[in-house]
Amino acid sequence: MKYVDEFRSHDLAQKLSKDIRREANPDRHYNLMEFCGGHTHAIFRYGVQNLMPPNVRFVHGPGCPVCVLPIGRIDNAIELAQKHDVILCSYGDLLRVPASGRKSLLKVSAEGADVRMVYSTQDVLKIARENPDREVVFFAIGFETTTPPSAVAIKQAEAEGLKNFSVFCNHVLTPAAIQNILESPEVREIGSVLIDGFFGPSHVSSIIGSQPYEFFAEEYQRPVVIAGFEPLDVMQSTLMLIRQLNQGRHEVENEYTRVVSREGNRKAQSLVAEVLELRRSFEWRGLGLVPYSALQIKKTFAEFDAEKRFDIPESRVFDVKGCECPRILRGVKRPTDCKLFGTVCTPENPMGSCMVSSEGACAAYWSYGRFSQPKSQPKTEQEPVV
Amino acid sequence: MCHAIPAQIVAIDEQADTATVALGEVKKDVSLALVQDVQLGDYVLIHVGYALNKISTEEAERTLQLFAEMAELDVVQP
Ligand code: SF4
Repeated sequence: MKYVDEFRSHDLAQKLSKDIRREANPDRHYNLMEFCGGHTHAIFRYGVQNLMPPNVRFVHGPGCPVCVLPIGRIDNAIELAQKHDVILCSYGDLLRVPASGRKSLLKVSAEGADVRMVYSTQDVLKIARENPDREVVFFAIGFETTTPPSAVAIKQAEAEGLKNFSVFCNHVLTPAAIQNILESPEVREIGSVLIDGFFGPSHVSSIIGSQPYEFFAEEYQRPVVIAGFEPLDVMQSTLMLIRQLNQGRHEVENEYTRVVSREGNRKAQSLVAEVLELRRSFEWRGLGLVPYSALQIKKTFAEFDAEKRFDIPESRVFDVKGCECPRILRGVKRPTDCKLFGTVCTPENPMGSCMVSSEGACAAYWSYGRFSQPKSQPKTEQEPVV
Repeated sequence: MCHAIPAQIVAIDEQADTATVALGEVKKDVSLALVQDVQLGDYVLIHVGYALNKISTEEAERTLQLFAEMAELDVVQP
């Protein structure tokens, strides 16, 4: 496929690997955090780590919206579907995520709740139009990439006078989470954890641009390279980070110029700003409460806010004891450091957030098996760079 | 979850503000509510039924060129 295959070339990957080995200084370490689950997935799927010298290490961040959604919010969605008898629409990724009491949206749907998997917010509007006597709620999650489509749907519902449509908004913001990681005591205390540089999100940045990361690069003196999701993009970005670190620079650079600009997509940004506003604080699974890290629906669109329309209790559910997700998400520990990894906790029966979706660090370790302990069986064959 | 995929616009319905895109063999209708000035033949990134952004052909070529140049350099340098 155009703009995909070219960025997976085996020969170029070998060349880039050589360049990286040549330029990485053997006397220092390069701990590079990829924020996005998309990068984590690419690194594992194409075995990018194998093409790196031993002192270049990828640290996996919290950038998977399914993984960081707190259990309490899934409990809320289940309650909406069961108690309030709404048609609950959600993206497919969310259906299997385990909530309290071993429930999931998929399970309650099998028990008779009306849960529907949608591909797009346009599908939700269609369902609302076709079921005027039912309440239709969209369970909205995702980072800045997935937020604008929710804003568009709310505006469209208003224009059409669609009264039975509302949104249960769980949209979260990437810059706030990166800041939270950098400010955590473990990362700030010099010498305990090292994150030397960041791969900036690709598709999030296609909306918000590269500009929001300039603050971190400056404030925390860490280089950021906005990187595409294909394996060669990740490798080229690694090289760019290594060069910055070698030269003592900490700037925002953009490898993914074919899509990302400094300003981002202004039209999408202004649609979001019209409909949504910052929440004072929001819980992230694995990170806890993070200030100003999520969005809520503005008062002017309150009639489309499921949190106003229905009584949705605030519930905090804690992760299983022994789960190391909070430390894994900050780069302090690795999945294999967790006692539950691969024994009690597997993708079929996840205990913590990092095991929930294929983009989580624990799930990636498990599926691609290279780092797994003998007791865990690799589930998926690694795909070489083609 | 944030993964968007590149696709080429093969038809535009201005009234509905939608486009038909080709993803390899597959055709799909997507909303154009989030993009500006897209034209037939443009490549766009598709995510949850919306075109998010145009893909710049020149920049894509330039990035690939960058990889290739380094490859040439490698041939010269032992
Ligand atoms: S293996 Fe499971 S329990 Fe352990 S850190 Fe990962 S998600 Fe948490």
